[in-house]
Amino acid sequence: MNLTNDPFDPNIDLWNECGERSQSEEAAPTSIADFVISPKEKETQAFLSKRKFATGDPGSVTQRALENSVMKGIFGDDLSRRRFLKAVGASTAYTAISSLIPFHSLQAMVDDAMKKIEKKDLKIGFVPITCATPIIGGHALDFFKKYGLNVDIIKTAGWAVARDKCMNGEYDASHLLAPMPAAMSLGLGSASQDWRMVTNVNTNGQAIVLANKHKDKNDPKLWKGFKFGVPFEYSMHNLLLRLYVAEHGIDPDKDIQIRVIPPPEMVANLRAENVDGYLAPDPFNQRAVYDGVGFIHKLTKDIWDQHPCCCFGISQKFIDENPNTFIVLLTAILDATNTVELRQNRVAFAEAMSPRNYLNQPSAVLKQILTGIYPDGLGNIKNVPDRISFMPYPAQSMGVWILSQMKRWGYISKDIDFKSASDEIFLSTETESAMKAMSEKNRNVKWSDIPASKYPVYDVYGKEFDPGKVIEYIDSFEIKRS
Amino acid sequence: MNVQFRLKAAVLSALMFIVFVVLWHGLTFQQSHETEGIPLTSEQSALLKASGMSESDMQAYAAKGLVFEQIQQIAGLGLSSADIDAAGGIESFGFTTGGAAEEAKTGFPSPSLVWEEAYEQIRDPFYDKGPNDKGIGIQLKYSLLRVGAGFLLAVLVSIPAGFLIGMSPLVNLAFTPFVQILKPISPLAWLPVALYIIKDSEKASIFVIFVCSIWPMLLNTAFGVASVKRDYINIARTLELSKFRTALTVILPAAAPTIFTGMKISIGIAWLVIVAAEMVIGGIGMGYFVWNEWNGLNLASMIFAIFVIGIVGLLLDFVIGRLIAVTDYKE
Repeated sequence: MNLTNDPFDPNIDLWNECGERSQSEEAAPTSIADFVISPKEKETQAFLSKRKFATGDPGSVTQRALENSVMKGIFGDDLSRRRFLKAVGASTAYTAISSLIPFHSLQAMVDDAMKKIEKKDLKIGFVPITCATPIIGGHALDFFKKYGLNVDIIKTAGWAVARDKCMNGEYDASHLLAPMPAAMSLGLGSASQDWRMVTNVNTNGQAIVLANKHKDKNDPKLWKGFKFGVPFEYSMHNLLLRLYVAEHGIDPDKDIQIRVIPPPEMVANLRAENVDGYLAPDPFNQRAVYDGVGFIHKLTKDIWDQHPCCCFGISQKFIDENPNTFIVLLTAILDATNTVELRQNRVAFAEAMSPRNYLNQPSAVLKQILTGIYPDGLGNIKNVPDRISFMPYPAQSMGVWILSQMKRWGYISKDIDFKSASDEIFLSTETESAMKAMSEKNRNVKWSDIPASKYPVYDVYGKEFDPGKVIEYIDSFEIKRS
Repeated sequence: MNVQFRLKAAVLSALMFIVFVVLWHGLTFQQSHETEGIPLTSEQSALLKASGMSESDMQAYAAKGLVFEQIQQIAGLGLSSADIDAAGGIESFGFTTGGAAEEAKTGFPSPSLVWEEAYEQIRDPFYDKGPNDKGIGIQLKYSLLRVGAGFLLAVLVSIPAGFLIGMSPLVNLAFTPFVQILKPISPLAWLPVALYIIKDSEKASIFVIFVCSIWPMLLNTAFGVASVKRDYINIARTLELSKFRTALTVILPAAAPTIFTGMKISIGIAWLVIVAAEMVIGGIGMGYFVWNEWNGLNLASMIFAIFVIGIVGLLLDFVIGRLIAVTDYKE
């Protein structure tokens, strides 16, 4: 989806991601008559040129996004939209449609918030991994500035420090692991403070990497006695690794050792043979291949496609004190998330994130990750476009799944109401309305895969997870601690 | 020590350094092996052509060391040469002759590589490209400021306390168990606790410096004060000097060399600890610089940073060493 396409232009393909002027409808001119411009067309051209705007203007971008989605919603496919516009003329069509649908209501919310930003100067923390692409690339490519925010993004050495700096109030918001707001709010491993998971900054994007000496042990059944690294105890990495090995009959607490290693230290530890493998975020999976120390055993995408991973976390206190700033910040992040989800923007993001100030990685490694075209370390070349995805919607089911696994492995000992706990921590409603403010009713925008229910059913490694049947789900596992 | 003797030592030092660099160069020297292409057979190129790959593309891949199976994989995935370029280019895929993945590409850097990196850094030590990328000069400044603040606080606490302990055997005995328990605790163990209590990473790192530099100064001050010659104090007493004046005009100068020795030990430890603390906390400083380079697995610039840390440590030691020399006296 390109937010700046004019949905009232009959000569573009609105469904085509790039919004290129399509050739299909317009055959090459065959007679003199084809060169004559009809009055209706002239009027349309005049109308369209009036509607052109500077791409840097965020207000107009959200406005346009809204119109885009409405037009797509009305017409369902591009051919009928173009036929209609050509038949009645763009300006007539606009008048007719805008009398039916108030384009300005939702978008006014963001516009209004932008005028009343309580706090312009913000500090946002990030851990240098590609999961944080919407935050890091968003900063490098001036997405925050576009919405009138003056953001400093601060590199953080590891998740424990990120959590402490969040709790200390040194960061206004931070890139966190998806389970962290839950753990922080429940007071697991730290004091309890209300933190909210606002959006997913990424989905997928992790992998299990093994040291090169284990090339002959590319099967989890052979992993008894292995030492694995994960970035944090309360992380999707830990939960997914546990799920994966347990499904292959390996008890993660008894048969293997799982230790916490900050992501940047993963490759160094693998090289030093301190660990046999890890389930870690990129760039450290691809970096292990690039440096010739390890190979990619499995992408986490193949364990649970579109699983959550990292999130944009913010404290309830900040939301209460700065409601407008919150909406604007959320919109900026969503805009960046949406932009990087598009294939054609991936290389630009990879290049923008390569310098020392950001990820401090060779740009080739970042390009391999973001384009999904990469060597796997075993001599193969792979093409997995959704190796990492950027789907912001934090469905409550994801939260319930996380809580179910935390219960399964004994991180949560008391009985909790899974749904209400996840309702409180995962801000689906707020995020959904902000997403809608940018592209309401847009069925074709990938991110608007907003499920009909807040509690969609997932397929996690071949097993159905129904958030309504959590206890049954936990009980169905053979290896568990509760 | 005469001049000639010093000169000899200097020559010896220089020789050792040269031997070290030559050894280093020898151990890290790698013959740059060119990737050798494996020409495709006409059968193979016909197969590739059938799957839609252009002649020039397949020859380019073969020339870069990819084997037929790999080129076939690229064709099978429908990847154009533009796709491969978007993914960083085929060179970055790390295939060498025979299509094997290259082993340990980022080996230990050679001295010349470290020098290049060092030159880049020294040429512009005060650049500022955002909160996470600042020149080595700015990083040093922040580390030194933290060490200075923590160290000064420790001086303010430990010297009066050391006087008290040194002048009164009773207080000395009473304090001993606490000092003995607290002294061996690694200052880094304090860091999470400090972060939790102080709720500010900047102050927490200063606190850690404070904690690690207080003990040597405290003990040395106490020892220095306690071992001032009884004769000096007796003379002060016959001259009817007040206790305060005795401490200030007699004991302090007499104990000064010992106190400064304590400071010398403290500042050495403080400089060791700040780098470690900054590696954990991140943000800015020499420790962060090393960590950030580690994170990018950029060994050359880490080694440069290690040299800088060593040299600054040497300078700090030298400054306090001069203070000892100035206050030293012969009996």
